[in-house]
Amino acid sequence: MTEFIQQLFNGLSLGSIYALIALGYTMIYGILRFINFAHGDVFMIGAFSGYYLGIVFAFSTSGGFTSLALAFLILIGAMAICSVLGLVIEKLAYKPLRKSPKLTILITAIGVSLFLEYTGQLVFGADPKSFPTLLENKPIVNLSGAVIGSNPLVVLITAAILMLVLRMIVMKTKIGTAMRAVSFNPTAASLMGININAVISFTFIIGSSLAGAAGILYGLNYPSIDPLMGILPGIKAFVAAVLGGIGNIPGAALGGMIIGIIETFVTGYISPTFRDAIAFGILILILLFKPTGLLGKKEVEKV
Amino acid sequence: MKKLFFGLIAVIAVFSVSCNKSSNEILIGEYESLTGAEATFGISSTNGLNLAVEEINNSGGLLGKKIKLITYDDQGKPQEAATVVQRLIKQDNVVAIIGEVASSRSISGGQICQSNKTPMVTPASTNPEVTAIGDYVYRVCFIDPFQATVMSKFATNTLKLKKVAVLKDVKNAYSTGLADFFVKEFTSMGGQVVVVQSYSSGDKDFKAQLTAIKSENPEGIFIPGYYTDVGLIAIQAREIGITQPLFGGDGWESEKLTEGKAKDALEGSFFSTHVSTDNPDPMVQGFIKKYKEKYGKMPDAMSFLAYDAGMILFEAIKRAGSVEADKIKNELAKTKDFKGVTGTITINEQRNAVKPAVVLEIKNGKFVYKETVQP
Repeated sequence: MTEFIQQLFNGLSLGSIYALIALGYTMIYGILRFINFAHGDVFMIGAFSGYYLGIVFAFSTSGGFTSLALAFLILIGAMAICSVLGLVIEKLAYKPLRKSPKLTILITAIGVSLFLEYTGQLVFGADPKSFPTLLENKPIVNLSGAVIGSNPLVVLITAAILMLVLRMIVMKTKIGTAMRAVSFNPTAASLMGININAVISFTFIIGSSLAGAAGILYGLNYPSIDPLMGILPGIKAFVAAVLGGIGNIPGAALGGMIIGIIETFVTGYISPTFRDAIAFGILILILLFKPTGLLGKKEVEKV
Repeated sequence: MKKLFFGLIAVIAVFSVSCNKSSNEILIGEYESLTGAEATFGISSTNGLNLAVEEINNSGGLLGKKIKLITYDDQGKPQEAATVVQRLIKQDNVVAIIGEVASSRSISGGQICQSNKTPMVTPASTNPEVTAIGDYVYRVCFIDPFQATVMSKFATNTLKLKKVAVLKDVKNAYSTGLADFFVKEFTSMGGQVVVVQSYSSGDKDFKAQLTAIKSENPEGIFIPGYYTDVGLIAIQAREIGITQPLFGGDGWESEKLTEGKAKDALEGSFFSTHVSTDNPDPMVQGFIKKYKEKYGKMPDAMSFLAYDAGMILFEAIKRAGSVEADKIKNELAKTKDFKGVTGTITINEQRNAVKPAVVLEIKNGKFVYKETVQP
């Protein structure tokens, strides 16, 4: 039982990071109907921003001085850096192609992704770096052997707060309403006086900042970062977004959690060799029975 | 167009032939992981080997010629290792090749060397399959069955462990080999391996495996992996409340092992390796001094082994009196009682070196000598 509780918690903590990345994929898909493959690499840049900000703020890489306020500041800093990066990517790479076929934008996205990965190797170096200790990890709950550490808990709570804030923005604010309108029907939205370009830029800013936050949380949980670290979590998060129903925000969060938990349980109880095979097998099964994903709505193709 | 094409080929042909003939140098190839997850392996090795080359060249060279070392980076990828070895042989026409620390990449490069009949000496690949490739592949280090015996003996006799868990990297020939030999040895010494879990190199999340290991209550965990993963594993093991000692093999040997949080997590852990820098032997201390003067830091086991690999190869070329591959190969096989910085090296019929291993303890982020185990 204790093992089960521990594994469940491990899975939730991993899943919450996938969920944050998946949100970016799903929001951009919702607005532009294309998969931003560079999103996983924005996540990587988030982690590296945290690394360098950590050095600037004089966090030692071996424990010692830690403070919640500074950790929060670094989180905000990384989110800001990633929003700017997301905005620049959108303006330089995707905006000129707004009228091109979807395939062109898709391939451009892959190009941007490779560009970020290999520029990262050039600038940061290819060897893994030890992420600074932003917060000391302390065992919080010790449930008859199941140890729940403070850092995974911080990850879970931060991810939950960010998702709630996102929900507030999308449902309660004017720009959120505009986003939903554009996602529903871009032509009609622009006829109603909504500035589509501004909405798209805003979506990239929000999505990328969430990826940046995910990068910091990832570094907190797994303190070894390298320029290619975004590839696998990026793919997993994309799968999570599809699993939950691409374009659907609660769906992405749910999909991320499900993928994280399945992965952990398969690794812990069956075999890590089958981890990805089973996780992706379940995805195929779900899509066979529910092609729009768990929470996705059927889209009527209008002619 | 056709004429131009053939003309171009002719020019290339003439150019490459003329390159081969005019040489006052003996070309030696080297392939290492200078970048990537195991970058310190490659950098330490090439540093050690360069010292050996410099030393020979300063004392008059080899067969009246200077040695020129051509080093390529394989980025820590087996397929890249095959490509660069191919290039060393076909394009650069090297006489012999020194390379790789990681067994997966030495196997990949060794197969190319064997099929092209180019002698290869690996400084630090311990998986038995490496030299089993064929009679052109040699090594100057011990092999994993011996390393497994060393760590089994150490766990049984020194640490007094009865129940251990094993966590291996399934994507890595070195790790799976060492894990299998360890399970066999440890069981035959009366111990019990309660669970074998695995991961794939490059994974960042090991908590699921570690939680499964923890539920079996082992007294220690054997982790035959490379330093990048071992650091993360140790951190996460301590996070979920595993306090038992961790121990592993020579893949742990890197200054980066104890970087960051891993320093505290690995306190009191042990690993077997090829050499201890605490060894008072004047040859060892002399090497450390030279290395420090040139590179400004302490050498690790990979630097020592690469230096020996170079010296043994140069010695073989000297005895052969020529740069013909067959002669070099035959002389390499005859290496006996060679005094190297990693001990006295004799190459046996399986083209492996027979020599003792040392066990180091991690204390305060430093590697401290614990004991020596004879073959």
